[in-house]
Amino acid sequence: MTVATPKAPAAGDRAIAPTHQAPLRNRLYRLDVKASPYLYVVPFFVLFGIFGAYPLIYTAWVSLHKWGLLEETHPWVGLANYKQLLADPYFWNALWNTLSILVMSTVPQLLFALVLAHVLNQRLRGPTTWRMSTLLPNITSVAAVAIIFGQLFGRDFGLINWILSLFDIGKIDWQAGSATSQIAVAVMIIWRWTGYNALIYLAAMQAVPSDLYAAAALDGASSNQQLWRITVPAIRPTIIFTVLNSTIFGLQVVAEPLIFMNYSPSGGSDRQAQTLSLYLYEVGFTRWEFGYASAAAWLMFLIIMIAAAVNFLLISRLRTA
Amino acid sequence: MRPASSGGGLRRRSTLLAAPVMAAALMASAAACASGSSGSGSTSDGPVSLTVATFGEFGYKDLYKEYMTAHPTIKITERVTKAEDHHKNLVAHLATNTGAADIEALEEGWAGQFTANPGKFIDFMDYGGADIKSQWPDWKWQRGSSADGHVIGVGTDVGGMAMCYRRDLFQKAGLPTERDQVSALWPTWQQYIETGKKFEAAKLPGTHFMDGPTVMYRSILGQAQTGIYDGDKVVVDSSAGVKQAWDLSNQAVQAGLSAKIAAWTNDWNAGFAKGSFATLACPSWMMAYIQSQAKDASGKWDIAAVPGGTGNWGGSWLTVPKQTKHPKEATDLAKWLTAPEQQAKVFRTAGNFPSTTTLYNDPVIKDFVNPFFNNAPVGEIFSKSVQTMVPQYLGPKSGDINTKIIDGLTRVEQGKETPDQSWAKVLRDVAALGS
Repeated sequence: MTVATPKAPAAGDRAIAPTHQAPLRNRLYRLDVKASPYLYVVPFFVLFGIFGAYPLIYTAWVSLHKWGLLEETHPWVGLANYKQLLADPYFWNALWNTLSILVMSTVPQLLFALVLAHVLNQRLRGPTTWRMSTLLPNITSVAAVAIIFGQLFGRDFGLINWILSLFDIGKIDWQAGSATSQIAVAVMIIWRWTGYNALIYLAAMQAVPSDLYAAAALDGASSNQQLWRITVPAIRPTIIFTVLNSTIFGLQVVAEPLIFMNYSPSGGSDRQAQTLSLYLYEVGFTRWEFGYASAAAWLMFLIIMIAAAVNFLLISRLRTA
Repeated sequence: MRPASSGGGLRRRSTLLAAPVMAAALMASAAACASGSSGSGSTSDGPVSLTVATFGEFGYKDLYKEYMTAHPTIKITERVTKAEDHHKNLVAHLATNTGAADIEALEEGWAGQFTANPGKFIDFMDYGGADIKSQWPDWKWQRGSSADGHVIGVGTDVGGMAMCYRRDLFQKAGLPTERDQVSALWPTWQQYIETGKKFEAAKLPGTHFMDGPTVMYRSILGQAQTGIYDGDKVVVDSSAGVKQAWDLSNQAVQAGLSAKIAAWTNDWNAGFAKGSFATLACPSWMMAYIQSQAKDASGKWDIAAVPGGTGNWGGSWLTVPKQTKHPKEATDLAKWLTAPEQQAKVFRTAGNFPSTTTLYNDPVIKDFVNPFFNNAPVGEIFSKSVQTMVPQYLGPKSGDINTKIIDGLTRVEQGKETPDQSWAKVLRDVAALGS
């Protein structure tokens, strides 16, 4: 019908309207084409500016001062906070703890997620139920998870020590040791994030052409071989994404060790489970030294950038290899 | 700061009653509004709205109602959060000079950080503080003041200190069980350790003499004339009080008296009912905590005097931040809420132990016994410990420094370091904190 009524141009027709007839409209149109995309993304950048960029820059400014939160004056100290941090053994301790928890949590977590996704990708009864239930640990609050695991890892009346006692292994004081407390924290992280990563893998796996599997099955490849020879190479970009993501999250772990170590901001008697974020929290929110805490935040930011870059380089090497 | 902070989070009574009481308070405030507006014609100044920020359970709801009835132009709004959040928010509100309530409560574990920056608060001495000073013991008054005598807070409750013990375990170990005889076992902490050795000699399965060194350390330190600070200087490395508390706590640990359970953990909570430890130095607010953790252990726990006889753990103050628009009305309300008559009412309804020593001869305190603890005369026991406290100065970093020292005791207890190694590390940590 509209084809028969050329007098009523559709919005799209404006593009071919002769310029001498409607120069204003034309200019408006060009403005629309040029400016609208920016207008659409403006809300994000405004919000990012207020809640992301401004605090980031302000933190950098604060980090150059001796900034006691309750004090009246905040003298300029230049890079002194950074110098002090680099010589601070507790900062390095927190960094090593963070890295060790990162490795102990991320590697098993992604392996479990891969296997879990592979299983979920098979023909199962009620697939949606299975898939949704893998996400349950992730939507549970961190505090709840940490409290429950704190009970499981209890020394005297904890379930895990009770099971160990059945095998005549002595009681382990999980919170006291460096390795044991970090393992406990890593287990919590694995518990929370395995399902989440499994779902991401599953989505990627479903995009792998099924004839590849059919051909492999014809050739007699087992399910295990299919996973490692077909699935993993096919979803490599997704794996890179999850490794990066887990690294960035893993470097910022704070709630799990804080709650597991009985709300000790120093992460235990010997700082055995103090992560970087926890150290920042200790300095900033129990000692109120915001200058020093801000410097720690900026160093942490740099470390995360470096970790992400190294990750990216390593894995893209793997990809091209 | 951990014992204070986690203690702060858990130390007050549960807020189970909050909902019905809140409803009553709301109705009361509505009523007060109505009467306020009807009465506003007769008074020259308009209605004054005051916000009171507390944490846990201060037992003030009925008092607000009473005050608003007596002062129709005042409207009180309460703001209750968890202790940890409360103090962190307060720091932020003071730092930005906006958002603080007209009256803000402080808990002992945090108070030193605020008394070190008195400029942010109204000085009660400008609002008739001198007239009411005598209600409190010196140490309570002084801990609400800055080093230069700026009084930022008036005292609400105190903890006092006693020794909670398990009668059944004492009996099994062949020790006396009656509280007077038990108190006589340990006039000093050294004798407390000796008693502990006798207890351990009985080798009762799954139980030890004490929970861990934390509360013991705090109690001994609290009895010393000089603690962490001498004047405004941190003297941890030379303070006799700190040294004695450190040495005795380590002795107890090395004699095998400790169940090695950190306070406020799951194992600690379970330990009250399961009898993992036979003694625990306990302030008054700990009674409610033990009762909630060991509901079926009524009659098993009893309360004797603490070695050394004196002590305090916990308690709060009410302050008025300088940013308030109504300093006169706010200080009046703070003074009224902390007056002896009101503290007696709070003790009756919420059980918070009063800090105004003038009350201690009142039957409401003097004759108070706790049936859960074998009718122990706890009013008298805690009064005595509060009245004999020495006014030891708590500086801005006392809480943080104590946390470092307690971490050091824990390292020894966990067998990670010898006392000497651990002490060297404590001194490094303390030096890093500054004064």
